[in-house]
Amino acid sequence: MSAREAPTPYWLGLLPALALLVLFLVPFGIMLAVSVAGREAGGFFTWGFDLASYARVFSPFVGRILVTSVAIALGAAILAVALALPFTVILGGMSRRAQTVVLVVLLSALSLSEVIIGFSVNTLLSQTAGVGNLLAWLGLLEAPRAFTPGLFALMTGLVYLSFPYAVLVLYPPVARLDPELAQAARTMGASPLRTFATVTVPLLRAPILGATILVFVFVLGSYLLPQVLGRPQHWTLSVHITDQAIYQSNLPFAAAMAVLLLAVALALVGLSLLVTRERRTGT
Amino acid sequence: MKRRSFLIGTAAGMSALAAPALLRAQGAPLKVGTYGGFFQDSFDQHIFPDFTAETGIAVESIGEPTGEAWLVQLEQAARAGQAPADVSMMAQVARLRGERSELWAPLDETAMANLGNMPEHFVHRYADGRLYGTGAVSWYITLVSNTDVYPEAPTSWQALWDPANADRLGLLALASNSFLLEITATTFFGGTDILGTEDGILQVLAKLAEVKPNVRLWYRDEGQFQQALASGEIPMGQYYHDVTGLAAAEGQPVRSTFPAEGAVLDSGSWVVSKASSMVEPAQVFIDYMARPEIQAKLSRNVGTAPTVDRALTDLTDDEFAAVASDLPPILPQYELYIDRADWVNQKWSEMITG
Repeated sequence: MSAREAPTPYWLGLLPALALLVLFLVPFGIMLAVSVAGREAGGFFTWGFDLASYARVFSPFVGRILVTSVAIALGAAILAVALALPFTVILGGMSRRAQTVVLVVLLSALSLSEVIIGFSVNTLLSQTAGVGNLLAWLGLLEAPRAFTPGLFALMTGLVYLSFPYAVLVLYPPVARLDPELAQAARTMGASPLRTFATVTVPLLRAPILGATILVFVFVLGSYLLPQVLGRPQHWTLSVHITDQAIYQSNLPFAAAMAVLLLAVALALVGLSLLVTRERRTGT
Repeated sequence: MKRRSFLIGTAAGMSALAAPALLRAQGAPLKVGTYGGFFQDSFDQHIFPDFTAETGIAVESIGEPTGEAWLVQLEQAARAGQAPADVSMMAQVARLRGERSELWAPLDETAMANLGNMPEHFVHRYADGRLYGTGAVSWYITLVSNTDVYPEAPTSWQALWDPANADRLGLLALASNSFLLEITATTFFGGTDILGTEDGILQVLAKLAEVKPNVRLWYRDEGQFQQALASGEIPMGQYYHDVTGLAAAEGQPVRSTFPAEGAVLDSGSWVVSKASSMVEPAQVFIDYMARPEIQAKLSRNVGTAPTVDRALTDLTDDEFAAVASDLPPILPQYELYIDRADWVNQKWSEMITG
């Protein structure tokens, strides 16, 4: 129980604690202070306590944008995890060497910036240079057309961006799965698909939920892809925060919307903690 | 003895601390911000070297992001006593917002002999009469089109509303940089007077909302649209006359048209951050930029319209026609984006995302 016996010296914990304080809590404090600062019409802002920005946040307009943001993030999270799960299970059944190669490729995809992904998907789905030309050449389309901007293009970009994260969260529990459980199901006559649906997926319920929440929170803050690949009705709260902060120099309103976004994100982290606790008490 | 050595030590320490700062101030270049990309490249090539050769003031060229992003950075930096650029070129909405928060350093008019070349609306003063900036360049926002997709040039802003142009337009995403309220008011309501009341603004917004099915891209980033226009992906829209002219000169299939209702005439002004310690060399620079021959040089090389009276310059009719038009321009109603900014922005956002 004494500190001397601890494998890791406690003071090492001071470093991340300090980083958390400097890089998160202090900026967050500033953001809270700015969100109640007074907006000067046509100017900048003055420090003070004014709830006008929050009054503007709790409006049907911002509510609608928040619903849009949550729906887009949830849709992307479900799609990304639905694709990542079978991918990871198949990956887990491959040889060690093959797994390493696939994981390295996946990790290298993480190094692509959101800007590159956004403009690549935009080009890929464009009328002049995109897949529409291929489809027209194959006779599936009468004339090449664009598939961007729109919900399809936006989802493609968001799922591409978040897929590696979903795989990386799912990979450790999948690698630890006891292969004998699936083999037992197979010897008892279950088809591979049935085995996947009734044995593998239920065993991975908690990691699936965890991956979904991670991708959801990750996508909730995305601001570039909705601008490049979406139409104005798909602009997320982050896009509007940027518009207010950067283009309208209305930092109090931007900060108040950011506080709202953070509250929603925190509520979901709370949800994930609840799920983890359930899993612990369940085993 | 102790006291003496302490004093010596302190004096030495003080001078050691002060000396590098002094040296740095003497040798420090004047940081001049212009819009990154084409503008900055042109200034680096055509303006800054000659300015340094004549005045001995070295210039460090800073690339600014477009519009108000730079204003926010200057405001935040000034609160921390920093100036990311000493002199900045600011569009009018940002310039006026900076005036409201007294972000710009007052300038000494007696040190600026060329101030008289500027028309009154390009001499910017605080309410109490202190000078803080001058017009830098003027530019037009025109109707642009891809020449492959549209062999015939469009002639009117009404082309934006033409059902034949469904999903083909690129327009600026914000009320305060697109000036689409002024364009709509001039095209359909006989002028910008209707924008004087909130009821009038709502009427104009309703008319503008009809354009939405034609808009493929509401752009914030100029580069995003320029590329799509040249490739024909988004073959029509609103864009800057100067940059479009340059792209056409490079052989890209694009053209800029002054519509019958007039093009939007906007401008950038030189201002100095109040956090700058280089106000004097900044004044030399701003005064240099107000010379008619420098304004003519900008028109020839950057494609911007002069901010001094044309008669003062040696621009030929052809040279002037390339950067400007005799048609009466559509003038932005800047007060919409200053005094009514939050209301207009809210209604605009509701219109565009609805």
